[in-house]
Amino acid sequence: MKAGVGRIDAKFAALKDEGRAGLGVFITAGDPDARTSAAILKGLPGAGADMVEFGMPFTDPMADGPAIQEASQRALKAGMTLKGTLALVRGFRQDDKTTPIILMGYYNPIYAYGVDAFISDALDAGADGLIVVDLPPEEDDELCIPALKRGLGFIRLATPTTDDKRLPKVLTNTAGFVYYVSIAGITGTASASSDMITGAVERLKRHTDLPVCVGFGIKTPDQAADVARVADGAIVGTAVVNAIKDSLDGDGSATDSTVSDTLAFVKTLADGVRGARA
Amino acid sequence: MASPAPANSLRSGPDENGHFGIFGGRYVAETLMPLILDVDAAYKAAKLDPEFQREFEYYQKHYIGRPSPLYFAERLTDHFGGAKIYFKRDELNHTGAHKINNVMGQALLARRMGKTKVIAETGAGQHGVATATACALFGMECEVFMGAEDVQRQKPNVDRMRLLGAKVHPVTSGSSTLKDAMNEALRYWVSKPDTHFYIIGTVAGPHPYPAMVRDFQSVIGIETKAQMMEAEGRLPDTLVAAIGGGSNAMGLFHPFLDDTDVALIGVEAGGYGIETDKHAASLTGGRPGVLHGNRTYLLQDEDGQITEAHSISAGLDYPGIGPEHSWLHELGRVEYVAVTDDEALESFALCTRKEGIIPALEPSHALAHVGKIAGGLPKDHLIVMNLCGRGDKDVDAVIPKLEAKGLL
Repeated sequence: MKAGVGRIDAKFAALKDEGRAGLGVFITAGDPDARTSAAILKGLPGAGADMVEFGMPFTDPMADGPAIQEASQRALKAGMTLKGTLALVRGFRQDDKTTPIILMGYYNPIYAYGVDAFISDALDAGADGLIVVDLPPEEDDELCIPALKRGLGFIRLATPTTDDKRLPKVLTNTAGFVYYVSIAGITGTASASSDMITGAVERLKRHTDLPVCVGFGIKTPDQAADVARVADGAIVGTAVVNAIKDSLDGDGSATDSTVSDTLAFVKTLADGVRGARA
Repeated sequence: MASPAPANSLRSGPDENGHFGIFGGRYVAETLMPLILDVDAAYKAAKLDPEFQREFEYYQKHYIGRPSPLYFAERLTDHFGGAKIYFKRDELNHTGAHKINNVMGQALLARRMGKTKVIAETGAGQHGVATATACALFGMECEVFMGAEDVQRQKPNVDRMRLLGAKVHPVTSGSSTLKDAMNEALRYWVSKPDTHFYIIGTVAGPHPYPAMVRDFQSVIGIETKAQMMEAEGRLPDTLVAAIGGGSNAMGLFHPFLDDTDVALIGVEAGGYGIETDKHAASLTGGRPGVLHGNRTYLLQDEDGQITEAHSISAGLDYPGIGPEHSWLHELGRVEYVAVTDDEALESFALCTRKEGIIPALEPSHALAHVGKIAGGLPKDHLIVMNLCGRGDKDVDAVIPKLEAKGLL
């Protein structure tokens, strides 16, 4: 079975065969605690997620809005670490060999862990790609190049502010897919119009053969469906994290319904994505 | 600004991508990258434009009130009984601190770029006040991000910003302090890329900010050199400055980096003591990491999570430090030490009573270190301490503490 960037490529090939776009779901590792997070993660493919963006908690998530920052804070408070995050990936990979896991976060915890050790341990645990928000192409030598050499995908964010002149630089050394950030801003705020998204995806497709996924600002099944009509994947983060948050008790701890409520919401998104081109 | 550096100079950094050795760089999200590149290109052009220099110098002289005096602190010199102590009086600048030096430079750059709106982060509020001031002067809109906790403890500065027409956003995310204010300012900036310019207040952040802020602040060191030649006919022996992010220290030190006979000492905020985890001394008590767009020394736990800084001084209460300081620390060109809250407080009181100058808590840290070394140095040893801000903003916070210690 293919691992690393190969697993991402295989997934998008399979989706292409099915004639539909994929649903990427973001959750923060360890939110609200390791056990609940493991159960949500395990249930995501069954609820219709085609790919998981697994957030590595960080105290200072510069590109994220309050919802995802608070998810990080809940996870850290409950004791989540980078090592713990990789352990959750390993647990998931025991039963699921086809759903790509993209580790998403910020560079400092990885730098503290040690780049080489992190790449080895991430691959060994069964992670397939990385999105490290604060490593632009200008800093590719840090992690991107070493990761790609070892077969761990490095997925780059392209944004509305990435003009045609800069785009080739952003797309170089990108593997797996391209993540289009549909708004100029942080996660969980505004939503782009479908016309803008369509135009942006078309622009990206002129520059790359890689699949293009769209995220930031997708909150509802309808919005996910709109994106799924024009892109290769729709990624939903804040709305899922909010579903987790809404299920917690007053102290921010998991309840009996945390896993089921979250997965039920993911199912509505998946139905939206799957019905989009029907 | 400083004369061009010779080859092999310590003043030639950073490289094209903003690296000082392994430190510095541009570790930002792609959303921000085009904005940073715009600022870089605009600053490069401005640096070479005599008209920009002329404008900058005009406002330095007529609006900020530069040059600031180099003042012989005779009473404190007698008190410590050793080295001859001079103060570089940057607290006499308009708005009461060195922060305005940098703000005027960046505000002029923003205007040159056609930006009409400005954002800033602030800790103690001095940078926020300076930014609000420049915005009032140039008719720009100003929004300042300030940790909710700092809004409480620096109320006079919040009021000043409001009077100047700025909108103050209290930041409640994360730990509600300066680092979170910077996170929020960066988040806000990415959502307004066309209209807004971000005026960063210290020698940190993504390239070109550390180098640009240093260049605008280096007027402090350039003046000090000339003034000391006039006063003593030679260069000083030791320079001492307080460090939070490190802009006043970098401004004083940078023109002296190649004068290797001049000892340079940066004083970090030791809070309750380095041995406790309640301090803000990134170099003395931290290790290299990546935050807010640059690699530098950071206060962090084993897992790379940023830990909260603590200092009696809101202006030093930041878990990082400018990348050039990290580089100079590893090279050993600058010595970095730490001073506790209590030591700073005692120096605050001492300076007020001996010299009739109420210093800000930030330079009170520098003075505390001067007090530790001056007595053991010969009488012809020349020390310059950067008195980088006045203490009016700290009065409310300091009085109960001084009363409790029997110092008032």
